[in-house]
Amino acid sequence: MHMADALLSPAVGTTLWAGSVAVGGYASKKLKERIDDRTIPLMGVLGAFIFASQMINFTIPGTGSSGHLGGGMILAILLGSHAAFLVMASVLTVQALFFADGGLLALGCNIWNLSVYPCYLIYPFIYKPWVGDNKSPVRILVASIVSVILALQLGAFSVVMETLLSGKSELPFGAFVLLMQPIHLSIGIVEGFITAGVINYVQGARPEILESMAASRPMGTEVSLKKIMVTFVVLAVITGGALSWFASTHPDGLEWSIEKITGKGELPKQEHGIAPVLKTIQEKTAFLPGYNFKPAGNDAKKEEADPAWPGIDAGTSLAGIIGAAIVLGMIMLIGMGIRSFRRRDT
Amino acid sequence: MTFDEQYFDIGRLDRLSYRETCVHRLDPRAKVIAVMLFLLTVISFPKYEIVALAPFFLFPVLLLTVGEIPVRFIIKKIIVVSPFAIFIGIFNPLLDARTFAVIPGFVVSAGWVSFFSILLKFTLTISAALLLIATTSFPGVCHALRRLGFPALFVSQLLFLYRYLFVLMEEAMRIIRARDMRSFGSRGTGRKVFVRIIGILFLRTVDRAERIYYAMLSRGFQGDIPSLKRSRMALTDLAFLSMMIAYLSIFRFFPVTEGIGRVAQELLG
Repeated sequence: MHMADALLSPAVGTTLWAGSVAVGGYASKKLKERIDDRTIPLMGVLGAFIFASQMINFTIPGTGSSGHLGGGMILAILLGSHAAFLVMASVLTVQALFFADGGLLALGCNIWNLSVYPCYLIYPFIYKPWVGDNKSPVRILVASIVSVILALQLGAFSVVMETLLSGKSELPFGAFVLLMQPIHLSIGIVEGFITAGVINYVQGARPEILESMAASRPMGTEVSLKKIMVTFVVLAVITGGALSWFASTHPDGLEWSIEKITGKGELPKQEHGIAPVLKTIQEKTAFLPGYNFKPAGNDAKKEEADPAWPGIDAGTSLAGIIGAAIVLGMIMLIGMGIRSFRRRDT
Repeated sequence: MTFDEQYFDIGRLDRLSYRETCVHRLDPRAKVIAVMLFLLTVISFPKYEIVALAPFFLFPVLLLTVGEIPVRFIIKKIIVVSPFAIFIGIFNPLLDARTFAVIPGFVVSAGWVSFFSILLKFTLTISAALLLIATTSFPGVCHALRRLGFPALFVSQLLFLYRYLFVLMEEAMRIIRARDMRSFGSRGTGRKVFVRIIGILFLRTVDRAERIYYAMLSRGFQGDIPSLKRSRMALTDLAFLSMMIAYLSIFRFFPVTEGIGRVAQELLG
């Protein structure tokens, strides 16, 4: 499921952008070292392939609904981590631009959720050691299903975390997780079957294609655990930096994220502990930034009236609504004016 | 959406970008930066803000009208992608029932306010992103990204993807038509047939990639797609960017909408 701009806060959006850009830079650097010219058009065309096949729906057995291919895992199996990451990132970019699936700020999150996990965690640490050179269809099937499920679960969990950290939604942690994870479990099983089916089909029909693809991969595909650790430490530093930068403008941002992180540390207690914590913190952050801009006269009165909740008095909100109506009306008039002017022109 | 509709939809957005208006003529980099700033500003508004978002409709409306983009087409695209934001946002009214604003005769719960705020932000961000493509063209955006420092490899990946997207979609469309003609109702739409279809599509894709590679080699391909268009930041682009920054910061930091409303109230008595 794609994350959407409207649910994001700038801090979360830019942090995940920074993370995805960092991974993207790493992937291009790694690919460039040993790239075969041939791989570049292959990657491009495979991206178009994923895109086109995502547009084909199939019926999910037992239900009436239809599903489509996610693609991250299948690309990782075919192209290896680095190339697959870049292809997947480009597919998501085109989706964001042409279909507005997600949005441009959420693109960082979407690349993170849908490409980093399958390409840099699941493929090198689960699928690859599991399947190795063994090409038996059953092993490929089981490994793909498990890999796709894990990748999707991580992705779905990240959507939950990103939404909660942004604080635009009221959904409590527990309910949100219970909503997202099972949906993605079923999607994962279906997609795992599809992934394995396609790999096995190609394996059966034209095995030499898979072999030549494996041969033209850059050698650096074997990602060492140490490098992964270093990358994650760097990312953590970037994340911390970005968050603290935002925290200086919005004091509660840091407090909030620290609460989240410490809350996350003690996993077993989480479900009870985190929802009320979140709620109080949300209440605190919700009216913080916006109310600096109110006319000074109103401020004192409001704070006196209700310190915990900004009881906006009727006058303020009425003025706001009148103002919004006037502004929107003016924008409409400007738009219609330009349009009719243009029409007369041509 | 059916396959054909999706296909023509992408094609339409693409064709819009080849018009010649003053929005289309602006430097792609200026437009990419402006849209990113716009998105960040819109998103940075707090959860319960509605009124102050109104002036931000000016930017998409200007792009729409000056760029001569059909309004209905953009609105339709916005509606198509809205389910996720609505799905997550609709819980706000259920979970946040505190009273928020009391206009004479009206009580609104805070949840509805934040839900409406999400919808407004959603409309603004999605329309800005779509209008960026409709007024800049995808290759334009790609070259802008390249010159803003994105890795060349990633940018040529994007350009390749874009170039072969239409070719492969036509390929897929032919396969889907063949399937649809041979099947009644929901026959042939199951998993097994799907896997075969994707498999065939993949094999054809790889063969095509091979042919493309040789064709490109014979035309002097050296691992990069340079742009012939030399774009330079002109004075108009800089003026556009600085106006954009002024517009964004005025409406972000001053409660202009509310002020207008107050003045109107005064005038009306």
